[in-house]
Amino acid sequence: MSSETAAPDTLVERPIWPRRTRFVALGGGRARLKVDLRTLVITGLLALVTVAVSVWSLGVGSVEGANLPLDRVAGAFAGTESEAIQRIVVEGRLPRVLVAVLGGASLGLSGAIFQTLTRNPLGSPDIIGFTSGANTGALVAMLVLGLGYGGATFGALIGGLATGIAVYLLALKDGINGTRLIVVGIGISAMLIAFNGFLLVRARVENAATAAAWGQGIFGELRFADVVPVALSLVVLLPALALLTPSMRMFELGEDSAQSRGVHTGRAQFLLLLVGVGLVAVTTAVAGPIAFIALVAPQVAMRITRSPGIPLITTAAVGATLLVVSDALARTMLAPVQLPVGVVTTALGGVYLLGLLIAQSRKVAA
Amino acid sequence: MIVGPNACGKSTLLRSLSRLLKPTAGSVLLDGKDVQSYRGKEFARELGLLPQQSLAPEGITVVDLVSRGRFPYQRLFTQWTDKDEAAVRRALEATQLVELSTRPVDELSGGQRQRVWIATALAQETPILLLDEPTTYLDLAHQLEVLDLCSRLNREGRTLVAVLHDLNQAARYATHLIAMRNGSIVAEGTPREVVTEETVRAVFGVRTRVVDDPESGTPLVIPLSRDAVVGVDRPGDTATARAST
Repeated sequence: MSSETAAPDTLVERPIWPRRTRFVALGGGRARLKVDLRTLVITGLLALVTVAVSVWSLGVGSVEGANLPLDRVAGAFAGTESEAIQRIVVEGRLPRVLVAVLGGASLGLSGAIFQTLTRNPLGSPDIIGFTSGANTGALVAMLVLGLGYGGATFGALIGGLATGIAVYLLALKDGINGTRLIVVGIGISAMLIAFNGFLLVRARVENAATAAAWGQGIFGELRFADVVPVALSLVVLLPALALLTPSMRMFELGEDSAQSRGVHTGRAQFLLLLVGVGLVAVTTAVAGPIAFIALVAPQVAMRITRSPGIPLITTAAVGATLLVVSDALARTMLAPVQLPVGVVTTALGGVYLLGLLIAQSRKVAA
Repeated sequence: MIVGPNACGKSTLLRSLSRLLKPTAGSVLLDGKDVQSYRGKEFARELGLLPQQSLAPEGITVVDLVSRGRFPYQRLFTQWTDKDEAAVRRALEATQLVELSTRPVDELSGGQRQRVWIATALAQETPILLLDEPTTYLDLAHQLEVLDLCSRLNREGRTLVAVLHDLNQAARYATHLIAMRNGSIVAEGTPREVVTEETVRAVFGVRTRVVDDPESGTPLVIPLSRDAVVGVDRPGDTATARAST
């Protein structure tokens, strides 16, 4: 067919894609990238909110007089402010803001992976035991081995990974079944929470207080050395996740459908679980267990973009926004008292979960 | 087409053919090559499967779901090409879904939804397509709609293998019929050769009369009115039997 006859044809052809779906030509122009306009705009807006709250957060202190206007925050980076101010902003506040952004994104992505694989909004790492496992590891390191916060980091990393492996192996039977993974995870999580309580009761009071504080997220203690592992884990795990994403999308249609379209389901599941556990373990090891971000961020992202399935980049942006805002609230709400960030995320998550359940039961009733 | 009582191994056979199951003994060959030795996407470009139950993510549009059928053709840096676009459009046209392409799948009727799944399998552009009970849960009109679509696809040159529950529909639409019981093939051939009173009794344990369908001339099975079920062993007891070819 010559191009002259093809042109009118394409004019009368009914478009098959919805208006929000666009294709962006890549490189040579033969291949194209599918882009969802709504998702793109929302993700951009979330990124802006994250940046704005981060900058504001750098200026906000928890004691009277420590609040800095924007130009002095900028001055702290430019080096025109006093050394004390520079230390507060750059060494004190910047690390926790960075960990909040990167960690929030990590937790969100981890939740997105588990929820997609299990096809269940409850399949997030904090429900299926990885967070409790990380907490157990940290408590053992702090209370039993007496290693302090530094040891807690390694303890949490080992605890989270070990729990991940244990849940995977216990749920393994001809591949991984989503519901089985969740049920096994909830069981293990319950046991670990009981064990954590036992460790805290047995500990000396002052140690128990520190350990309990760790269990709610330790954003006040974060330094630059803590940003590095979170950033590094993202540098390694994000490309891995990008490679696995097309396969992961196929799991949304059920395992048989995925396998019959050429997905190596067992291998893809294992690698995705590995990435998911890695993301949550590193963040938890650095910042303590932060509840609900992994559970909530993917669901929020899915609802505000109205996409089928969980949009990964939007989820990362929602996670970052949520955690930065939670941290800012935790520092300012009851100032000069600093709330643990976990208290704020749990409160937000609790409200969200309740709303979700009510909305769903209404939908069923209707 | 494949017919047989519940749990006789029909689905197991399809799952082995499409290498979702590894045979415990023997092997499944495609073009003289063991299916287990194919690479995942390479095999998925040869043979498509419509499983008995498929899950659609909530709110997914028809075209988005159908485009998932192109997964076996996608490589790392070539996400979507003109070929993919053309295949999806052809699949939508063949299933008369172009008008509905931007609608969410969960808003469609059962028959339309099954057409979407067939379109997804068509977008995979495989010469062979396996369908596991494509008409289950559909009302009569939608059953016929799906079967007519299948027989058109077959006339257009695709190999279709379908498991069907309704013996009369199978007799009417099949070009080659296989009857299974207890994990093995009891009879195969044209519908006329397979659908006989003796075979139906042997396979389903039901006494029937077989007459000519006044519409299509194919065999029509009518169960006897009294004591039609013969007291033979329950076919469901062999659910674990594994089929291999």
